[in-house]
Amino acid sequence: MKRIGIDVGGTNTDAVLIADDRVIHSVKSATTADVTSGILAALKALRANPAAAVPVDAVVIGTTHFINAVVQRRHLQRIGAVRIGMPASASLPPFCDWPADLAALVNDEIFMLEGGHDYDGRPFMPLDTDGLKAAARAIKAKGLRAVAIASSFSPLDPSCEITAREIFAEICPDVAVTLSHDLGRIGLLERENAALLNAALHDLAVTTVTAFRKAIAEAGLDAPLFLTQNDGTVMQAETATAFPVMSFASGATNSMRGAAYLSGLDDAMVVDVGGTTSDIGQLRHGFPREANAVVEVGGVRTLFRMPDLLSIGLGGGSHVEQDPVRVGPLSVGYRLTSEALVFGGDRLTATDIAVAAGLIDLGDRARVAHLPRRLIEAALADAHRKLESDIDRMKTEAGDVPLLAVGGGAFLVPERLSGISEIVRVDHGDCANAVGAAIAQVSGEADQVFRDMTRDEAIAAARGIAEARAVQAGADRDALKMVDVEDMPIAYLPGNALRVRVRVAGAIAEPNIGAAA
Amino acid sequence: MTGSAMKTINLDDIEALAVGAWILGTGGGGSPYLGLLNLRRLYAEGHRVQLMSPLDLADDDWVAVVSNMGAPLVGQERLADSRSIARAVRMQEEINCITFHAVMSVEIGGGNGMQALMAAAHLGIPVVDADCMGRAFPEAQMTSVAIGDLKPYPCTLYDPRGIEAVVTKVPSWKWMERASRKICVEMGSIASTSKAPRTGREVKDWGIHFTTTKAIAIGRAVEAANRSHQDPIAAILACEGGLRLFTGKIVDVERRTTEGFLRGSAVVEGSDDDRGTRLKLSFQNEWIVAWRDGEAIAMSPDLICVLDSVNGHGIGTETARYGQRVTVIALPAPAVLTSPRGLAFVGPRAFGYDLDFRSLFATAGAQ
Repeated sequence: MKRIGIDVGGTNTDAVLIADDRVIHSVKSATTADVTSGILAALKALRANPAAAVPVDAVVIGTTHFINAVVQRRHLQRIGAVRIGMPASASLPPFCDWPADLAALVNDEIFMLEGGHDYDGRPFMPLDTDGLKAAARAIKAKGLRAVAIASSFSPLDPSCEITAREIFAEICPDVAVTLSHDLGRIGLLERENAALLNAALHDLAVTTVTAFRKAIAEAGLDAPLFLTQNDGTVMQAETATAFPVMSFASGATNSMRGAAYLSGLDDAMVVDVGGTTSDIGQLRHGFPREANAVVEVGGVRTLFRMPDLLSIGLGGGSHVEQDPVRVGPLSVGYRLTSEALVFGGDRLTATDIAVAAGLIDLGDRARVAHLPRRLIEAALADAHRKLESDIDRMKTEAGDVPLLAVGGGAFLVPERLSGISEIVRVDHGDCANAVGAAIAQVSGEADQVFRDMTRDEAIAAARGIAEARAVQAGADRDALKMVDVEDMPIAYLPGNALRVRVRVAGAIAEPNIGAAA
Repeated sequence: MTGSAMKTINLDDIEALAVGAWILGTGGGGSPYLGLLNLRRLYAEGHRVQLMSPLDLADDDWVAVVSNMGAPLVGQERLADSRSIARAVRMQEEINCITFHAVMSVEIGGGNGMQALMAAAHLGIPVVDADCMGRAFPEAQMTSVAIGDLKPYPCTLYDPRGIEAVVTKVPSWKWMERASRKICVEMGSIASTSKAPRTGREVKDWGIHFTTTKAIAIGRAVEAANRSHQDPIAAILACEGGLRLFTGKIVDVERRTTEGFLRGSAVVEGSDDDRGTRLKLSFQNEWIVAWRDGEAIAMSPDLICVLDSVNGHGIGTETARYGQRVTVIALPAPAVLTSPRGLAFVGPRAFGYDLDFRSLFATAGAQ
């Protein structure tokens, strides 16, 4: 199995080739505004190495592009929001718990209509199909290109949302429709929020995935394209176009999974020092520890399962202030190679301090020779203090544990930290997130109603279906693990009806010898 | 003599109340988050809510007792609307030809800790700093006013589809529970209700006093600990004289919505000092009994609270899910609940467990 993993970050685009369970080569390249040329440059650099210029089975891209768009309020589109379930919930309409600035950017018009279901599967109110038609016509007249639709209890019975999509397809076929039941579970507000964010990212998703495909084609690669999603598994590029929110946490997940793979450690603290931020998390059995609480993305509550990460404003591109001496939280970001002193710029950054201290060799060392020793020491001490206290915050056990230091700015992590047994640095550690993308797992999901079975039988049946789907998608059957299970009784239906959703994931199977190419 | 010490509740109080009420909810009562959103909106529109001491009520003042009744899971899909609870209170005024002087929650725990404030904002009357449980319980007869044998009727129920129902007369609180629950189930296992109106005298004699203030204090302690990176759970235990029972990760949740309740169990696998053991939590809307190796180590009416190990916030029976890292604590029950008559209403046998109540707290908790 040969795979190229690519991580498109805010600062760098990294690429690795993994073959036969080994990292063959890794490269780092600057992210570009158009995305495509940055990926193309990384791929060209990667394949300039003869060992890496081989046909591959898949290209897997992990990106923070979509979550950054929400956090930075950029490239979002105005959408229509359709809530089905009136007259209940009327005082809490769509966007009711969004930060005002984000809602103002995204919320174009809200339609609140009768319909939806009750907990036992009975219709709550007859679906207002005339209202849906009017909403579709209004959205068409306004020229909106995306709509999010959320109906009460749709994870139990999605029929109202599906009917709504059919009506929109008829009246305004060019409008992209996100249905909430595709993205979330019970919890109308959080599920609807995920759908609203997804709709707001639609055009960006189309543009970005198209740019990914173009770069891969221009690099001369003929392999299927996948994107990584929040739980460390891959989705096909078409799925990513329809559901960009599913990639929200993939950058962090990839970096931690990559660190585990490169080090062989399954249980450790991880710090990924990038250009702008450091993300601190914890590996448990080779996977990131998940956040307990409701996860907010750009200030919006969602039900996504995300790695529990503490993100601090410290990275290789961090500004260094001199009075008093302070590193971050502002950063030059992807302009590091033009604005940092060692690259001929006039902004003192953490990278310049590290070059002056002899921690790394980058750019023109002579340009930082004048920095006073006291400044260098004080700046490094400030960075170390920040890392030490925040790593300690994220630890869940009292004893000393190993720390995996990865990412392009890992040189800022000192050799000793209190509460840490050893600092582990690994080859290709600066491309851990691209490695994580390359080794991403394959998943399978089953979501259906079972009758005349016990709960255990129903879950086992759903698991069997999910496993078969994962194997079909290329997973190694023996490596599959259940990563999520949820069941909801449907009291209204006879025969102890139970809706069960099971998700399994596992490593990719080695190709059979002699299998058709 | 009324109104000597009215206090305006500000938004900070309400944010703290949402955190504290969720902890006192012992897993039930639904998340206060949706109530918080309603109140933020009402405050943005200019509404303000006053809090009054129960001791300042005149004996003949009428007090409305409100609750959003039903299965917490349903409240996640049919979101609390402040106008519904206000309508249930107005129905009581219409059928009894009375005017309410103030409103209180039947239970401080969970979303119902916010319902009295939502009603008060629309009705323009104060909230009484008291409730009838000091926590949350699933059934209508599990209250201090039922333990006090006060009149159980009438009860009004409202559904925003325009369904209004009144249970006019019943012979007992248990019958009120049975009759109103049937209506609630037909309404979709959720209904805005206003229980039998209480007089000021009754609230002074049988209300559980100062629980709104208590919930706000718990919320403030948790948020202060979180801000200063202290252990929020230790802050709750210090604030309330509670006990840490178990720390671990949720590994199984079984839940079913039956007869208008959310029932089931959750299993927590131990970590840290509890490694190698499991705690099973049985619930009926609220956490009722905690079992360790088959032995009941904590039970109603002591409060069993399942908290997020990281931020100390409550975790509801409808939101508990696989993988969550939790700390289970117990807090002492109000004294009225641990009296012999109290235990008949809210002890483990009231939930179908053949257990003698054993409190974890030497002196049954203070009110």
